[in-house]
Amino acid sequence: MSELGLWGIPLAMLGGAIRVSTPYLFVSLGEMITEKSGRINLGLEGVLLIGAVVGFAASIATGSPWLGVLAAGCSGAVLGVLHSYLCSREGVSDIAVGIAIMLFGMGLAFYLGKPYVQPEAPQLPSIELGAFSSDPRVREALRVNGLFFIGLALVPFLSWFMKSTAWGLRLRVVGESAEAARALGYSVEGTRMVACATGAFLGGVGGSFLSLYYPGVWSEGLSSGQGLMAVALVIFARWRPAYCLLASLVYGAAGSLGPALQSAGIEVSHHLLGAAPAALTLSIMIATCSRKVALRGAPRELTFGA
Amino acid sequence: MVACEAAAVAFATVLFGVFLLVVGAEPFAVLGDMFDGAFGSSFSFQNSLVRAAPLMLTALCTLLPARIGMVVIGNEGALLAGGLAASAMAVFMQKIGAPGVLPMALIAGMVGGAAVIAVVGLLRELRGVNETISSLLVFYIVLAVFLYLVEGPMRDPASLNKPSTLPVLEENMMGPLPGLDVHGGLALGVVACLLAYVWIDHTRYGFAARVVGGGPRAAQLVGLPVTLMAIIVCAAAGAAAGLAGAVEVVAVHGSANASLYAGYGFAGILVAFVARHHALAVLPVALFLGGIEASGGLLQRRHDLPDAAVDVFKGLVFLAVLGSEPWVRMLRAKIEARGESKALEGATLVQTMPATEVGKP
Repeated sequence: MSELGLWGIPLAMLGGAIRVSTPYLFVSLGEMITEKSGRINLGLEGVLLIGAVVGFAASIATGSPWLGVLAAGCSGAVLGVLHSYLCSREGVSDIAVGIAIMLFGMGLAFYLGKPYVQPEAPQLPSIELGAFSSDPRVREALRVNGLFFIGLALVPFLSWFMKSTAWGLRLRVVGESAEAARALGYSVEGTRMVACATGAFLGGVGGSFLSLYYPGVWSEGLSSGQGLMAVALVIFARWRPAYCLLASLVYGAAGSLGPALQSAGIEVSHHLLGAAPAALTLSIMIATCSRKVALRGAPRELTFGA
Repeated sequence: MVACEAAAVAFATVLFGVFLLVVGAEPFAVLGDMFDGAFGSSFSFQNSLVRAAPLMLTALCTLLPARIGMVVIGNEGALLAGGLAASAMAVFMQKIGAPGVLPMALIAGMVGGAAVIAVVGLLRELRGVNETISSLLVFYIVLAVFLYLVEGPMRDPASLNKPSTLPVLEENMMGPLPGLDVHGGLALGVVACLLAYVWIDHTRYGFAARVVGGGPRAAQLVGLPVTLMAIIVCAAAGAAAGLAGAVEVVAVHGSANASLYAGYGFAGILVAFVARHHALAVLPVALFLGGIEASGGLLQRRHDLPDAAVDVFKGLVFLAVLGSEPWVRMLRAKIEARGESKALEGATLVQTMPATEVGKP
């Protein structure tokens, strides 16, 4: 054990970062897709919690955690469709609807989750990348959940999808200029509906990771604001899938630095460390925004891109 | 307008009834008891008022900036900062034995909240940082600092199970209003809404602010100090939410702790939107929502429903009212077509403004 020494900190951080960053990765990719279509969804916090409880319940009911993940995604997508429908109505603010979806999703998740506070659900399997080592701490740190690899695979896929497919182009056109999209004969609202639903599907999957792997239970304090931070993550990531992965790892590392340092006997407030990414995102916005130029990479139809 | 909102609430109620049927409760009995628990007796009515008070104040945190064309959602952050500042001030004043602990704590709360949202306004005006996102980030940072201070440097060593700051002494707490069991925060909330109404709708400054909200460039062309005005309005908005936090400390909890983070800020955002950014409309909307929240306990006792049931209803009401916007617009267009537009001009200006100008500095 002791042969690891101080190396235990970065190792624990790496393992922790991967664990903590997985839900961030899914919500940020989901929010990125949504925002690329020119709509913002502040409701992913509600989506995340609904996904967590539905995934948990479905995993118990079917005995298969992967069916739980699927159910979680679908429940999220339902909220995404609702969000998109309400936003598509004339004069409705997507910011307000997002907050309403967040509160509604949280309320519904807490309601549905009442009977699930105690029981255990079949958990998602993980892959032992540390099998070569006999040190339990190395094995623990390198035990990576399957869902993380799915998120990892989504990153290049989404990059390719946005850049090189007709659907990706259509999504970007709708997000850059609804008028141009209409002139090309694309259905703006239809495209946004699909983007919102897909984004919320990923948000729901992110939630199922919380209840089906880490921490692996259902409780009302399950989310620590991951869904709410999705918007900030996407800005941090400049609306690019590869940067979403990077941003999620940064957020995850900040979240896991506290416990890692604590295990090494160094006391730092985990609250302050947890807020470091938010402070970093704000600093980046302050440094790069200007009154004349929009944020680089921001879809122009986005209400806050202008 | 009111008819549309009432129809939306009725629609949400029907949806909630269906939800109750699905989960195996009796919709009519539950809804009846909800009314009982909210407004049925003087006790429950006062309970609703206690919950409405912070909502009135936090709603102003979104409402005021909306009138000048900004969407601010950092209400929860301003509330937490206000609560912490009020608690710190009260503890300090008690330590040095100075008089006037209560008013100073309330002022400190307002200053704390004002600082948070003023920064948001400043960033937008100086650097073009979008106020919606920056206020969300600022909330997150304030929450972290709040929890750090409450659990660390400012923690009362005697608060074992629930980390809290040092308590406000009993004699310095805010008492009930005369003849009521409701604390004075209610009066502050009502007065703040009235002041906001007079300020924005009936003073020259408010008119200028609405001009800025209608189009910042035009406002700049006629020589209005847009930057300064935006920051002042943001500071006033933050002060209102900060006052809500201060009241929660000096009238309800007695110290700053995690109970302050109860969602009044986020609910306040929606109160502002449901009130269509009209300060007087905030009063009934906040009372209605306070009533829904207050009825949670009764539903738990009589129907064994989890308290989250009222959150579901609240969410449905918000979604339905927000979704009814096109009908409101249709109705308004009809009323205007009938030539009755004069009386509604003010309200119309308010309404069309945030939707079109928000987020476009």
